[in-house]
Amino acid sequence: MDNRSVKIKNLVKTYVDDRGRPTFTAVKDINLEINDGEFMVLVGPSGCGKSTTLRMVAGLEKITSGTIEIGDKVVNQVKPKDRGIAMVFQNYALYPHMTIYNNMAFGLKLAKKDKGFIQNSVSRAAKALGLEKMLDRKPQALSGGQRQRVALGRAIVREPKVFLFDEPLSNLDAKMRVQMRAEISRLHEQLDATMIYVTHDQIEAMTMGDRICVMRDGLIMQTADPLTLYRQPANVFVASFIGSPPMNLLRGTVQRGDGGLVFNEGAGPNSVKIPLRGEIATRAERYVDKPVYFGIRPEHLSNEAMDQMHVPLNSTVDIAEPMGSESLVYLQAGNGNMIARISGEHIFRHGDTANVYLNLSKAHLFDAETEEVIR
Amino acid sequence: MSSHSFWYASSPTISKPLANVEDSRLKTWLIGIAGWLIALIVFFPIFWIAITAFKTEQGAYSPDLIFKPTLESFREVFARSNYKAYLLNSIYVSLGSTLLCFLIAIPAAYRMAFFPTPKTAGTLVWMMSTKMMPAVGVLLPVYLLFRTAGLLDSVWGLIFIYTLLNLPIAVWMTFTYFCEVPGAILEAARVDGASLMGELRDVLAPMSLPGISSTALLLIILSWNEAFWSINLTSAKAAPLTVFIASYSSPEGLFWAKLSAASLLAVAPIMVMGWLSQKQLVSGLTFGAVK
Ligand SMILES: Nc1ncnc2c1ncn2[C@@H]1O[C@H](COP(=O)(O)OP(=O)(O)OP(=O)(O)O)[C@@H](O)[C@H]1O
Ligand SMILES: [Mg+2]
Repeated sequence: MDNRSVKIKNLVKTYVDDRGRPTFTAVKDINLEINDGEFMVLVGPSGCGKSTTLRMVAGLEKITSGTIEIGDKVVNQVKPKDRGIAMVFQNYALYPHMTIYNNMAFGLKLAKKDKGFIQNSVSRAAKALGLEKMLDRKPQALSGGQRQRVALGRAIVREPKVFLFDEPLSNLDAKMRVQMRAEISRLHEQLDATMIYVTHDQIEAMTMGDRICVMRDGLIMQTADPLTLYRQPANVFVASFIGSPPMNLLRGTVQRGDGGLVFNEGAGPNSVKIPLRGEIATRAERYVDKPVYFGIRPEHLSNEAMDQMHVPLNSTVDIAEPMGSESLVYLQAGNGNMIARISGEHIFRHGDTANVYLNLSKAHLFDAETEEVIR
Repeated sequence: MSSHSFWYASSPTISKPLANVEDSRLKTWLIGIAGWLIALIVFFPIFWIAITAFKTEQGAYSPDLIFKPTLESFREVFARSNYKAYLLNSIYVSLGSTLLCFLIAIPAAYRMAFFPTPKTAGTLVWMMSTKMMPAVGVLLPVYLLFRTAGLLDSVWGLIFIYTLLNLPIAVWMTFTYFCEVPGAILEAARVDGASLMGELRDVLAPMSLPGISSTALLLIILSWNEAFWSINLTSAKAAPLTVFIASYSSPEGLFWAKLSAASLLAVAPIMVMGWLSQKQLVSGLTFGAVK
């Protein structure tokens, strides 16, 4: 079996104007290896360079510098059709004047495959995607979900080494999105192909990706599997980007108090002070009197102290969103707000004193200058 | 009290839609009448030419609508000049220049629509602005160039000048239609293995076929009707129908019936074509704004 890995080395993309003068560097020297058969998600806010990266892998965008290897072969100068890739676009990009059959068969026809082979491939893909009855229709006569399925089919019949997806579900309604998400994941299982999937939806990223690459401003912030990304964010950006509601982040300094190290949000009589214990205290040692971020996810605030790593937080209830088995509680703490995800059925009233505890064993410290996590 | 507020609350919502319906009906009527009026005014000269063509030369001066139709003028026109030669020239020149126009306009529009630069918009406007230049202004230089190049009174010469004349419109219109084609579809074709030609032929052309064909129609009509350059740059060999009509206007005074017959013969082919492709033409010229 041939190698279907993708290796991106020192990849840079600088857009130029009509005279070749650089206008904007959208991708800034990124390195990323995608293993054979892996489902890699590129995620990040709008304009961070996800599409640009993907399009360079596809061969639709010129590479400024660096290399892209597909299956151990540098493809910088290879035409899209010869790279062994297939791409699924956000707006489906079906050929509106062709029937569904011809949409799927177009690439094979251009590759001069024989008729029987084409018929076979198309009907197999159509069957897998539940499109058999629509092969004679034109794309206009299909729903959004069906159209995106045709686009998937068009990709499948090419039997590519690598599937590239650029926000393929963002034009679908919520229900269809969930369904297609599962369908693409199932496809990945069945075909066992390498897939690179661009999205700005972190739920898609977390549920589909074997690994996730978080990008910002043309840089990779962290590449890891979903759980690692969630549990061990490498920097403030990843910490706040992954997770919903986002991680609570407090800016302050580490100070040496009577009973050991304390995180102090700053001046003001109400400012949050968190005594640091155990492992996080060890990590904070090097940051005494230095600015740091203290980060903790909403679910690591609880209404009871399980062990001595749970420290109380002085706060009052701002608003609460009861959701049955748990509640999202917006707290007024110190100079800012924090969100807590409290399990169990409770009633919270605005202005009440909240009895919440921070689970220090799940908390993070970030260097406030570099925004990198403190290990 | 409660019934009062009920009326206040509901009466506007009841009466408003009704008023709107009446309003829009009246509007439709007015627009319809105005449309017919304009159509009549535009069509009237053609109608007048058509009936005059079937009158005798003596009867041509009377505005009678009821007369005994005769083919006398047509017979004379056919006897005196070689209509077929003019017609063929018109066909060659308008089809030839339209083809040549597309040969240049499609690549130009493709580049501008799918790989725009900050200068694209300016270039388009500049191209269009050349249409504002009065043709007489360049008649002399063009004439001299044509004489030197041996293009005077040649079909190729006319094809060349018409191509230049219509190119801005051709590029502009094709560009507008191409802009409606999402670039991702062309990229999908590229990933599927289409070459540049394949992309144009198998995807872009069929997708913008309505636009391209109405542009073609317009270009053919414009070339067919063009009189200034054809009269000045051709004499006998390459003269199209516009020259044919002009030849009936001056030499022996005005012969309305024969002139009308000649005119009718000249405009008939293009009118028939326009009539048959009316729908296409209208939808094309409104750039898909009216569905
Ligand atoms: N042709 C271009 N010329 C100049 N800058 C460009 C060009 N195309 C894209 N950019 C810029 O490059 C950056 C990255 O664009 P890209 O499309 O890769 O973002 P993205 O991460 O896919 O965002 P989104 O989630 O909105 O699709 C953006 O800031 C964009 O403005
Ligand atoms: Mg994008």
